[in-house]
Amino acid sequence: MVDEGEVRRIAGLADIQIPEDEMPAFTVQFNRILDYFEVLDTLGEAGAGERALHTVMRDDEPRPSLAREAVLANAPADEDGFIKAPRVM
Amino acid sequence: MEDPYHAYIRRLEPRSPGTGILAGRTVAIKDNISTAGVPTTCGSRILEGYVPPYDARAVELVRDAGGAINGKTNMDEFGMGTTTENSGFGPTLNPRDTTRVPGGSSGGSAAAVAAGLADLALGTDTGGSIRCPAAFCGIVGLKPTYGRVSRYGLVAYANSLETIGPMGRSVGDVSTLLRVIGQPDPRDTTMRGTPYAHDPVPDVAGRRVGVPDEFFGEGVDPRVAATVRAAIETLASLGAEVVPVSMPSMACALAAYYVTCTSEASSNLARYDGVRYGPAVETARPWHDAFTLVRSAHFGPEVRRRILLGTFALSSGYYGKYYGKAQTARANVSADYARLFREVDVLAGPTMPTVAFRLGELADPLSMYLADILTVPANLAGVPAISVPCGTVDGLPVGLQLTGRAFDDETVIDIAAAYEAEVAA
Amino acid sequence: MSGVVIGLEIHCQLDTRTKLFCPCSTDYRDDGPNTHVCPVCLGLPGTMPAVNRTAVEYALRVAKAFHCEVPVECEFSRKNYFYPDLPKGYQITQYDRPLALGGYIEIEGDGGLEKRVRLTRIHIEEDPGRLVHKGGGDRARYSLVDYNRSGVPLIEIVTDPDLSSPKEARRLIEHLRATLEYLDVYDPEKEGSLRVDANVSIAGHERVEIKNISSYRGVEKALTFEITRQRSLIRRGVAVERETRHFVEERGTTRASRTKVEEHDYRYFPEPDLPPLRVADRAAAIELPELPAARRERFRVQYGLSPNHARTLTGNPGLAEFFETVAGDDPVLAATWVADTLLGELNYRGRPVGSVGPARFSALLALLKSGRITDRSGVEVLRIVLDGDEHPDAVVERLGLAVTGDDTVSAAIAEVIAEFPQAVADYRAGRGNAINYLAGQVMKKTRGQADPRELGRRLADALAEDGPCT
Ligand SMILES: [Zn+2]
Repeated sequence: MVDEGEVRRIAGLADIQIPEDEMPAFTVQFNRILDYFEVLDTLGEAGAGERALHTVMRDDEPRPSLAREAVLANAPADEDGFIKAPRVM
Repeated sequence: MEDPYHAYIRRLEPRSPGTGILAGRTVAIKDNISTAGVPTTCGSRILEGYVPPYDARAVELVRDAGGAINGKTNMDEFGMGTTTENSGFGPTLNPRDTTRVPGGSSGGSAAAVAAGLADLALGTDTGGSIRCPAAFCGIVGLKPTYGRVSRYGLVAYANSLETIGPMGRSVGDVSTLLRVIGQPDPRDTTMRGTPYAHDPVPDVAGRRVGVPDEFFGEGVDPRVAATVRAAIETLASLGAEVVPVSMPSMACALAAYYVTCTSEASSNLARYDGVRYGPAVETARPWHDAFTLVRSAHFGPEVRRRILLGTFALSSGYYGKYYGKAQTARANVSADYARLFREVDVLAGPTMPTVAFRLGELADPLSMYLADILTVPANLAGVPAISVPCGTVDGLPVGLQLTGRAFDDETVIDIAAAYEAEVAA
Repeated sequence: MSGVVIGLEIHCQLDTRTKLFCPCSTDYRDDGPNTHVCPVCLGLPGTMPAVNRTAVEYALRVAKAFHCEVPVECEFSRKNYFYPDLPKGYQITQYDRPLALGGYIEIEGDGGLEKRVRLTRIHIEEDPGRLVHKGGGDRARYSLVDYNRSGVPLIEIVTDPDLSSPKEARRLIEHLRATLEYLDVYDPEKEGSLRVDANVSIAGHERVEIKNISSYRGVEKALTFEITRQRSLIRRGVAVERETRHFVEERGTTRASRTKVEEHDYRYFPEPDLPPLRVADRAAAIELPELPAARRERFRVQYGLSPNHARTLTGNPGLAEFFETVAGDDPVLAATWVADTLLGELNYRGRPVGSVGPARFSALLALLKSGRITDRSGVEVLRIVLDGDEHPDAVVERLGLAVTGDDTVSAAIAEVIAEFPQAVADYRAGRGNAINYLAGQVMKKTRGQADPRELGRRLADALAEDGPCT
């Protein structure tokens, strides 16, 4: 059983906020889904290496990058060729 | 041309180069497949304004084959839904009954093809997103073998499960479009197998068709079950040997699917932070606050829910219980298929447990998830599966699902073609 | 430094031509921001990683050189966290199935004996972008991002907490750097190509992580400061707090991170777009070049060098090759001149060994060995050769530096004895130091061309002849 505090903590890890007025209903639904997942608990742990494929690697050959205008074209804000982002302090 | 069903997010003036096997044919592209110079939204407000500077490999191949791309189709946001109601741009209506959903998440592609707005369409299938709307709209949709069609340019929702695939009004059309897109691409290093270069051979004589009990279990509308059993009888009448089989791993398949897809989604969708594309982040705030604001404002409720479910399933202390166990369940599904495909050539059953829902009918998220029970096993194992129309219930289409061995999309196509030819006759 | 426990996490950029997962060139340092970026390393929706074979090959060389165990398969995982320099909201790295486990690096321990520092693991990962803050980091109202660095291949080498002092830490990193250069997988000239995080504690107390040490010289400084800080806390009875601190390069200090040590939950899981890599077979096929320790030993045996010279001259492959080119028939003389003189002159000029022509340097050694010039002139010639574009023979010719014939020196000795009677008298009075003064005057007159070893003897002879000692 996951309570609203735990939902808030998880939301914090995901940089998502669930509006407080939606929180009770959200938490109820969240728990119903988690209850459904309980069926998995009847199984053992998977061993590593279940994936049958192996990665095919590429050669170390440079190809042209995008033009800077194309890099910046989708960015909401840029300055002197850099893309603007939130502050980190 | 009008778009009364809201099949498209964006219509495009088709410009066909005029040569190649798709010459003169219109192709609609699901809006989670990148198109150079054309906005690609994934049905999400968080990608509003984003214009990819590159074409997905599949789009490149459609253009090269002379296909006339006539628009980007509506979808559940990032593919997260079974109805196309979860689109940030409003729902698509089912052309067969506009009070009903077209299925999802490739509902726009299915509606466009069903309504004749496009000859063919590209959809994507993570847990049934091609087959479900194909069944609900009465068209043909194929989820190819994982690794047979390049995913480069497909905006990731759950990388290990999903694939791009063809949708059309006939098995032949679907096969033709797979010939176009089933080509190698060094940028997708999960690709395997040989290019698809097959012409359908409508013959099922001598083939063994397995019918798993579990595909007709609880939750499957008896009228849908009866319609599909009748279709399987038709295959038998054409010389197929029908074999009842069992697939016990189905018990955990849906839970394994939702744990896996939400886990991968929680990570895939972390990049939407308003820095490099999409609605602007407020740069004057500390980064967590700023990202939280933009993400909470522009992701829809179902996307937020799945991100949180996946974040939870991967988080410290829960990983083993959820993600770890889901991989066990997934391995069990693959093992079941491997065992069954030593005995039979394909498995047959319904694509969806019911006919198309009414708009707004599936408000509860868990009920919506349960509707995917019959389509997710193929994604968990990476095997090919097709949905072909096989009749109606109350005037609404029902789909017959045929599932085959990995990298044997050819057999699935052949048997579907045999069924289609018989009912057309 | 008893009781000090240090472990390092060292990040090195691998010197590949392209990034780890996309074909963008890694040669971005002379170009403007966001000029070496493609849809993949910008994290555009729909892009997929494709692994650079050379990066894996390079990482395996390192693993093999440090005696690590390479598993049959390794796997990439996603490390999920939000930061403005991270274009995908996760970093592709390796978690529970790294490229290499175990192994060790041998260094000279503080006791002077060989010491084995065990390695925990080596893994490959992608570098994030680079953040720039205008008007000083702390007060900037927003960040600016340059994604040129995004996706450059890194190896992270994690040591066990086996180091006991900042000096040992420095030596480990120097040895590591030299080895990476020998393996030809790393270019130390590239700014920011080596970054270190250090865990340090005083036995019995909490451990502190120092992040952001961006040069190998900084490691010793940061650790020395941090150990002093922790010792003084303990002396004052204050508990050392378990925390992450940042190294402030300019001040040589560490400061507490302003963000609290959040409980990180990176939610690692296997990268679904990259199935496992088969690596053991590849590692087995790798043939390693001669590494620093082996070359050091060979230099001692083959050339008869002192342990110190052998160590210095094998410090990087360019230097070792230079030495071998100029060693000739007097390797000990060559070693002395390369290790003791040339390196100092190059350091002073901030120039690499590659900027000296071995042929010219050999010509200088020939002049010295034949006795045509004095050691002192040798240094002068070397400086002129380094600063200009002249052959040593030409310099000697132009400045008349060849050791002068007897006549000139004899004449100078006679003149000096005549001109400095007081010093002569002092010498004769038994104050032996006075002869050095007289020798200096002779050197002055001959502009340094007299052989100093000869000069003392000849001066003494002349003084003895000139008059009796009293
Ligand atoms: Zn790139």
